[in-house]
Amino acid sequence: MSNSIVKFKPLNIGRILVWGFFALVLLLAPLLFTSSLSHTMLSQMGIFIIICLSYNILLGQGGMLSFGHAVYSGLGAFMAIHTLNMISSGTLPLPVSLVPIVGGLAGLVFAAIFGSVTVKKAGTPFAMITLGIGELIWAMSLMFPGFFGGEGGVSGNRVTGSSPFGITFGPQIQLYYLIALYTFVCTALMFALTRTPLGRMLNAVRDNPERVEFVGYDTQRVRYIAFMIAGFFAGIGGALAALNFEIVTSENVSGPRSGVFLLFTFLGGATFFFGAIIGGILSVLAFVLFSELTKAWLLYLGLLFLFMVMYAPGGFASLIMMNLRVVSYGKFKPLIGKYCVLFVSGVVALLGLAAMVEMIYHMQLNQALGEGLTFLNIGLNVKSAASWGGAVAVMLVGSLIFEFTRRKFAVQWSTIQEFIENEIKRKESL
Amino acid sequence: MGHLRAPFFLLNIDMEFFTNSLLNGISYGLLLFMLSSGLTLIFSMMGVLNFAHASFYMLGAFFAYTITQFLGFWVALFIAPLVVGIVGAGFERYFLRKVHPFGHVPELLITFGLAFILLELVQLVWGRASLDYRIPAALDGPLFTLFGTQFPKYRAFMMFVALMMLLSIWLLLTRTRIGLVIQAALTHPETAQALGHNVPRVFMLVFGGGAALAGLAGVIGGNAFVTEPGMAATVGSIIFVVVVVGGLGSLGGALLASLLIGVVQTFAVGIDASLVGAAASLGVAVTSSTFGYELLSLKVSQVAPIMPYLFMVLILIFRPKGLLGTREG
Repeated sequence: MSNSIVKFKPLNIGRILVWGFFALVLLLAPLLFTSSLSHTMLSQMGIFIIICLSYNILLGQGGMLSFGHAVYSGLGAFMAIHTLNMISSGTLPLPVSLVPIVGGLAGLVFAAIFGSVTVKKAGTPFAMITLGIGELIWAMSLMFPGFFGGEGGVSGNRVTGSSPFGITFGPQIQLYYLIALYTFVCTALMFALTRTPLGRMLNAVRDNPERVEFVGYDTQRVRYIAFMIAGFFAGIGGALAALNFEIVTSENVSGPRSGVFLLFTFLGGATFFFGAIIGGILSVLAFVLFSELTKAWLLYLGLLFLFMVMYAPGGFASLIMMNLRVVSYGKFKPLIGKYCVLFVSGVVALLGLAAMVEMIYHMQLNQALGEGLTFLNIGLNVKSAASWGGAVAVMLVGSLIFEFTRRKFAVQWSTIQEFIENEIKRKESL
Repeated sequence: MGHLRAPFFLLNIDMEFFTNSLLNGISYGLLLFMLSSGLTLIFSMMGVLNFAHASFYMLGAFFAYTITQFLGFWVALFIAPLVVGIVGAGFERYFLRKVHPFGHVPELLITFGLAFILLELVQLVWGRASLDYRIPAALDGPLFTLFGTQFPKYRAFMMFVALMMLLSIWLLLTRTRIGLVIQAALTHPETAQALGHNVPRVFMLVFGGGAALAGLAGVIGGNAFVTEPGMAATVGSIIFVVVVVGGLGSLGGALLASLLIGVVQTFAVGIDASLVGAAASLGVAVTSSTFGYELLSLKVSQVAPIMPYLFMVLILIFRPKGLLGTREG
C-alpha cells in the first residue's frame, strides 16, 4: 500500500466509511449502553484511547520505548485541575470545554523540557532515561504539596464557568460527548500525522536511523518533535481524565501508570494505528470488569503480555490483520478446525491454572473463611489432594492438547503465509 | 539531627554523623553495586536491559526468608542465590532467547512482563505484607563503637560479602577460561561462536549468574532493610540510574556510581538544612512571601529521594557516556 505510486484519488470511499463508522460508534454507544456504569466506562475508554494513541506515536511509530509517559498525561491533568479551580474562583474566564487544550499545552511544554534530555539517546538508553525522569517527577510530586496536593491530591468541580446552551458538564452524558469529540478529533489528527512527511520520517528513524542521518535528517530532532506531539496529546487525555474524575493525585504521574499505558498499547498492537484504540478499550474493560472477576487479574494480564511478546509481537491488531489476510486469500477454512481445538484446549488449560491460582489466593487472603471455596460453581477445598490433583490434571491435559495442536498449526500457518507471500510477489511481477 | 542548623557545607558537621553516614553509605552503595554489576554484565554482553533485575533481588530475599525458617540463614545464603540463578537461566533459555531475533525492544518488553509476573507471584505466595525476615543472631549487635555510635556487625558482614563478590567476579572474568570466553563473547560474539564456543550457553550462564548475584544481594539486603513485595520497585529504578551514571556496560563505572549514589543519598537523608537556612546565615531574609518559597524551604533530607535522578539528568547533559563509559549508546 505504502510503496504504490502517488495517484490522484477524488474520493477515498473506504476511509470515509471507516471514519464515519467510528464517529457513529462514538455517537451511538451511550444510547446503546445506558447504565451509568457504562457511561463512566465509555468516558474512560475515550480518555485511554487518546493516551494510548499518543503513546503509540512513540512506541509504534518512533520505536521509542518510554517508561514515563504518565508524566505528560499526569502533569496535563494537574494543570487542568488547577485551571478548573481558577475558573471556579473567577480569576480565569475560560469555558470548561477548553480546559483539555490547556492540559495539552502543559503536556507539550513539559515534553519539550524533559524531551530535550531524553531524546538524546534512542533504544535501550532512551527507555532507562524515561524511567529515571518518570521516577523523578513521581518522587517530586510528594515534595511539592502546593502543586500536587500531597497524598490527597487536588480536587475540583467541573460544573463551573459559563454554560452555553445549558451545557454544564454536570451529567456524565454531557461530559461523555465532550470526551467523544476530543477523542474523534485527536484520533483524526494523530492519524493525519502518520501521513505527513514528519510521520514518515519518524517511521524511517525507527527502522533505520543510520540511513536517515545519511539522507541528511537529524534523527534526534525528528524524535524530539514526535516526543513533544505525543506529550501534547497525552496532556489532552490527562486533562479529560481530570474533568472526568474531578480529582488528580500523584498516582497520575506514577511509574505504574506509565507501565499500564505501555502494557495496553502493546497488547492492542503497536504496529498498527488502530491497535492503540483496541488497547485503550481493553484497558478500561480490564480495570473495571476483569478486576471484579478475580483478585489475580494482574497475574493473568502479565502472563497474557508475556505470551503476546513471544508469539504475537504485533498485539491483537496484528492477530486480526494476519487472519483477515488469510481470509482474503481464501485460506481460512482449513484453519477453522484447529482454531476451535486450540481455543477449547486453551480454555481448559487456563481453567486448571486459574483453579490453582484461586486456591493459593484463598489460602493467602481468606484463610479465616475456612478451607472451601467455589470456583465456577465447583466446590474446591484447599486442603484436599483431590482439588489440587484435579486442577493439575485439567491443566496438564489442556496444555498437552494445546501444544500438540499448536505445533501442527504452526506448520500449516507458515505454509499458508509462504503461499500468500508468493502470491503477492507473483502479482507484483505481473 | 536537630542541632545541625544551617551547615550546608559538610565541613562543620560533627564526626559522629560523618563517620556513621559514610559507613552506612558505603555499605548501601556496595549493595547497589551487587545489583548493578549483574545488570551491567548482562547489558554489555547481550545488549539486554534486564527490567526484572530488581525482581530477582526481591525473589532472593523471599526465598531466603523461607529457607531460613527451615534450614537457617547460612544455608539460605548459598541456596537462595542458586535457586534465583536457576530461575534466571531458565527464563533466558525458554523466554528471552525466543524473542532475541526480534531485537532489543521486545527483549526489554519481555523482561518488563517478567517483572510484572514475579511481583504478582510473590504476592500470591507470600502475601502483600512485609515479612519478619531477621538478621541471624550471630551477626546481631555492634561490631565496634566509633565517636559514640555503634557500627552493627551485619553492616560489616554485608560489606564483606559484597567485596568478596567483587573479587570473585574479577578473578572469574580475568583469570579463568570461562571468563576469557565471556570477555570474547562480549565484544565479538560471532568470532567466539566460529571458534567453537557455545555463545548462547554463555549468554544463559551470564544471565543466570547476574540473577544469582541479584538474589545474593536480596538475601543479605532483605533482612538489613525490609522484605516486602515493594522492595523491587524501591531499588529497581535506582540501579538503572547507577548503570546510566556509571556508563553503560562499564563495571568500574557501576562500582563508582553505586558508591557515589549510596553515600550521597545516605548523607542527604540526615541533613536538615535548606536554602532558606543558608540564606539566613548569609544575612538574607527569606519569608513565606518570597518567590519560590516552597522550593527554597525544601530540606536536603526531603530532596534525598530525587537526588539520584537529578544526578542522572545532570550526567546526561554534561557527560552523556557516563562517568567511566566508553561509548555513547
